[in-house]
Amino acid sequence: MKHKYDTIVIGGGPAGLASAIKATKLGLKTLIIEKTERLGGIPLQCIHEGFGVIYFKQNLTGPEFSYKLIKEVDRLSIDYITSGYVSEINILSDEAKQVKVISPKGYQVFETKTLIYAAGAREKTLHEINVVGDRVSGIFTAGEAQALMDIYGVMPGREVVIIGSGDVGLILTRRLILEKAKVKAVIEAMPYPGGLVRNIVQCLKDFDVPLLLGHVVKEIRGRKRVEKVVVEKVDENLKPLGESFSITCDTVIISAGLLPHVRMLRELGVKMDPLTRGPIVNDFFETSIRGVFVAGNALIVNDLVDYVVEQGENAAEGAYSLITKKYVRQQNIPVLFDDNIRFVVPQRITKTSDVVFYLRVKRPMKDVKIIFEEIDKVFVFSKARPSEMIRVKIKKKDLGDIKDKLHVRLYSDASPQT
Amino acid sequence: MPVRKLKYTCIVCPQGCEIEVVISDNEIKEIKGFKCIRGKRYVTEEVLAPKRTLITVLHCKNGDYPTVSVKTSKPIPKEKMFEILEYLSKIVLEAPVDIGDIVIRNIFDSGVDIIATRPCRKV
Repeated sequence: MKHKYDTIVIGGGPAGLASAIKATKLGLKTLIIEKTERLGGIPLQCIHEGFGVIYFKQNLTGPEFSYKLIKEVDRLSIDYITSGYVSEINILSDEAKQVKVISPKGYQVFETKTLIYAAGAREKTLHEINVVGDRVSGIFTAGEAQALMDIYGVMPGREVVIIGSGDVGLILTRRLILEKAKVKAVIEAMPYPGGLVRNIVQCLKDFDVPLLLGHVVKEIRGRKRVEKVVVEKVDENLKPLGESFSITCDTVIISAGLLPHVRMLRELGVKMDPLTRGPIVNDFFETSIRGVFVAGNALIVNDLVDYVVEQGENAAEGAYSLITKKYVRQQNIPVLFDDNIRFVVPQRITKTSDVVFYLRVKRPMKDVKIIFEEIDKVFVFSKARPSEMIRVKIKKKDLGDIKDKLHVRLYSDASPQT
Repeated sequence: MPVRKLKYTCIVCPQGCEIEVVISDNEIKEIKGFKCIRGKRYVTEEVLAPKRTLITVLHCKNGDYPTVSVKTSKPIPKEKMFEILEYLSKIVLEAPVDIGDIVIRNIFDSGVDIIATRPCRKV
């Protein structure tokens, strides 16, 4: 294995694999560093279908999706390290970065022209959702429970309460029921479900699982093992309405959402966006540090793996353009947006290529018009939900009229034009 | 026989089209709201004979991980799910298993195979 690369990809999940494949196809010498013992990432434990409908035009399970990418990595003979811990990253210059890795092969130091950071997301924990009570056994995050059940073949519990109605929690609910556990309730703080509608249908309604919207778990109680949770009704601003009750259970699973896993980027001094909780990037997903790119859930928490792969490929193109000097980052135009939009990524554009914008609305809306003001581009959607990320593409030739800023406006029936 | 209007959310792909079906005399009179033919097919089936692709894990001996994830080769009738799962929970495979391997052929004479969706390497 050579010690000099054009690009080093940190993370061997869908974003990392896709960026490594694209970078290699563009002629870049590429190395993937993966912290676990095999490539593939989180989809390996997501054994349900629904992966790759857009990208592969096939409805695959998570492991099948990952293995399609892994086979391509093998076919292209891309270098990779598994069980690799990145102990240090040093920015030597705009064109040179150093990555130190500890793995079963020992301690290695690599030099690379560019970095693609694709370390995925992490799960929110109990401490981040204000649940108090006894710290007993039987409390898991959704990802932990999924790994226990679908990688290690161990049931996390028998009578379960799920906190959070995001897709991970919904899909896990179905898996638990199919493996003969009882899911007593799915508890969601917001007045609307967090996950895709199809998952509400096929994971909850199929099995008559109660979904308690506008409720929070206040306390977990038990001696050695979880015995019950205390649930409280809340209003839209999460203010308690003074109505509480208990649900007996032996297991609590927290599915309170994901956050980009950006610790390493933050340590490098990369500028962060408080809205996405990921880095601020331009249209090549290059961060505030030149030559450091980011893709996948480390950039924004996606709901479709197809978008993750698209982001990986885009970051690889960014690395390629930078190395071959195909684009010079002179323009750095900020993207502004209305306050009924939660975020827009990328936050900056260079006007040197087509741009795919990803955005989320703040609350469910109907008949939505998204307008890119300076260039008069309008996109119409019959509905928009916070749980479903909106993706729109604008061609380079249409970016011409943008000068010092691009303003994204959103109008809908549910939010008057103010 | 009264005319009934039923609302479905298509689960074929993540777009989640909201589809309305008008039923009269146990026959579908009208379907609207679908963006593709798969949505129309899904709702027709969902009304007349609901089916699901079954996914689970099977125990696997002597492999790098103790399980192999599997799926049915085709969607199966919804009401058969638990019966098949009960049978599968007793199956123990032996590594190596490759992705795409048919691990059980024609389960319960249903014409449906159980297919591995994750490899399990022999250790």
